[in-house]
Amino acid sequence: MKKNRMPRILQQLFFLAGIVALWQIVCLVGVDLLHVWKSYAMPSPAGVFSSFCRLLGDGSLLQATGNSLLRGVTGYAISILLGGLLGFLMNHFPFLHNNLRPLVMGIQTLPSVCWVPFSILWFGLTQQAILFVVVMGSAFSMAMAADNAIANVPPIYKKAALTMGATQKQIYWKVILPASLPELISGLKQGWSFAWRALMSGEVMTTCIGLGQTLITGRNLADINQVMLVMIVIVLVGILIDRLIFRALEKHVYKKRGLL
Amino acid sequence: MPLTLSNVSKIFADSEHATLKHINLSIADGEFLCVVGKSGCGKSTLLNLIAGLEMPTEGEILLDGKPVTAPGADRVVMFQEHALYPWLNVMENVAFGMQLAGVPKKQREETALRYLELMQLSDYKDYYIHQLSGGMRQRVNLARSLTMDSRILLMDEPFSALDKQTSNRLRAELQDICMQTRRTVFFITHSVEEAVYLADRVVVLSAAKKGIAEIVPIELPRPRHVYDEAFIEYRRQILEEVQEDKG
Ligand SMILES: Nc1ncnc2c1ncn2[C@@H]1O[C@H](COP(=O)(O)OP(=O)(O)OP(=O)(O)O)[C@@H](O)[C@H]1O
Ligand SMILES: [Mg+2]
Repeated sequence: MKKNRMPRILQQLFFLAGIVALWQIVCLVGVDLLHVWKSYAMPSPAGVFSSFCRLLGDGSLLQATGNSLLRGVTGYAISILLGGLLGFLMNHFPFLHNNLRPLVMGIQTLPSVCWVPFSILWFGLTQQAILFVVVMGSAFSMAMAADNAIANVPPIYKKAALTMGATQKQIYWKVILPASLPELISGLKQGWSFAWRALMSGEVMTTCIGLGQTLITGRNLADINQVMLVMIVIVLVGILIDRLIFRALEKHVYKKRGLL
Repeated sequence: MPLTLSNVSKIFADSEHATLKHINLSIADGEFLCVVGKSGCGKSTLLNLIAGLEMPTEGEILLDGKPVTAPGADRVVMFQEHALYPWLNVMENVAFGMQLAGVPKKQREETALRYLELMQLSDYKDYYIHQLSGGMRQRVNLARSLTMDSRILLMDEPFSALDKQTSNRLRAELQDICMQTRRTVFFITHSVEEAVYLADRVVVLSAAKKGIAEIVPIELPRPRHVYDEAFIEYRRQILEEVQEDKG
């Protein structure tokens, strides 16, 4: 396993390089030679790279990415708190489980853009409006994940703890929480991808500096390369967060339990 | 008499018939009581009632004169399997009950280690559960149950999921421990041999009667041997009793 590691990363890099090369060829042939696309409608690797240099040079790319990340993380943290609490309550009270859960299940399927009109009416074109969209876009899925994770804890874990004298509070903190952790982490991971997507729906509507805004500016300037650049950055941030945070977390939690 | 059941019946909410009817039973201090009977005759139900995991529909269960109303550390249960925590290592699992009770870390690790040594598992104290064999897991489970010093130890077919060789070794270890420490044990098994090997008295539970068919005191010296004539005779007698039961 370990031995194949370097070649695998190299392989992935070669694959990416291949895609970029192919993309460049498609641009050369499709735009310059055959005129299938107008040059303003088809980004090229070279164009994206020059956009990258320009936006990096004037500092706006880093600022936009930093702002978006901060906003995303803030909204995500609020979602974790609210969603976790809602999930816990839905699981704990049979009344809520029977009546609220189906509703949350339904709301969860709403695409986050659907919350944009509300957020503008309630908060105007502000930071809070974006956060509202992020929270609405991810908290409900987090609540469902938390509820499911708790419900899937094998009853025998609780029974064993009860007969060892555990209090209700100890059952929650020392049994249910650690037992549901692997599932909670999947929920957190999914919640993050929802939050990150919702963030973009929110950012494109306001004038707050961020990746969404940079993307819209690109559109307004008919600069397809800038649009493409922002899309790539959004994907890269997504991959980076997954690798750095969730992979590490999963590895730590799964290894102990023999789930790896 | 630390534990007495008087006139205990259990009818599950979603079933029409009683699972257990008018059970009268008491367990003496230091007694090893085994319960045998056909599958589905209500052995686990009886144990769950004593543990406080289920409530009797009728009758009363008293532990040292006080009615049982909820599960508690004075009636630790050792389940058949899958009751160890995969996120804790062996040491932490064994010390778990003491941790719940607020025993300081140093002290609970000392106690845990003592029982792990007794089970010949001290080399494995840092292992996680998935790294152990089935037999080792049940020894960890046993160690965890023993650390609790509970008033009565309830065991629901603890060795059933193991192969014969491993379960024979474990029951011999359990017998040694009980001879040394005089625990009060309520032990369920579907193996009559295991019951005769371990018990002071064997309770035969009947599915037909929904109650106790017979209580057989086993008057054999310990350690016991399965090939002794008297052992075989007890075994035959109880097996007949179990097989006659038309549940
Ligand atoms: N929670 C429950 N709700 C309804 N019926 C139950 C419940 N638990 C057990 N029963 C019923 O009670 C009867 C006795 O079950 P129990 O688990 O006590 O049997 P057992 O003697 O332990 O069997 P086995 O040897 O297979 O473990 C069965 O008919 C079962 O269907
Ligand atoms: Mg049973």
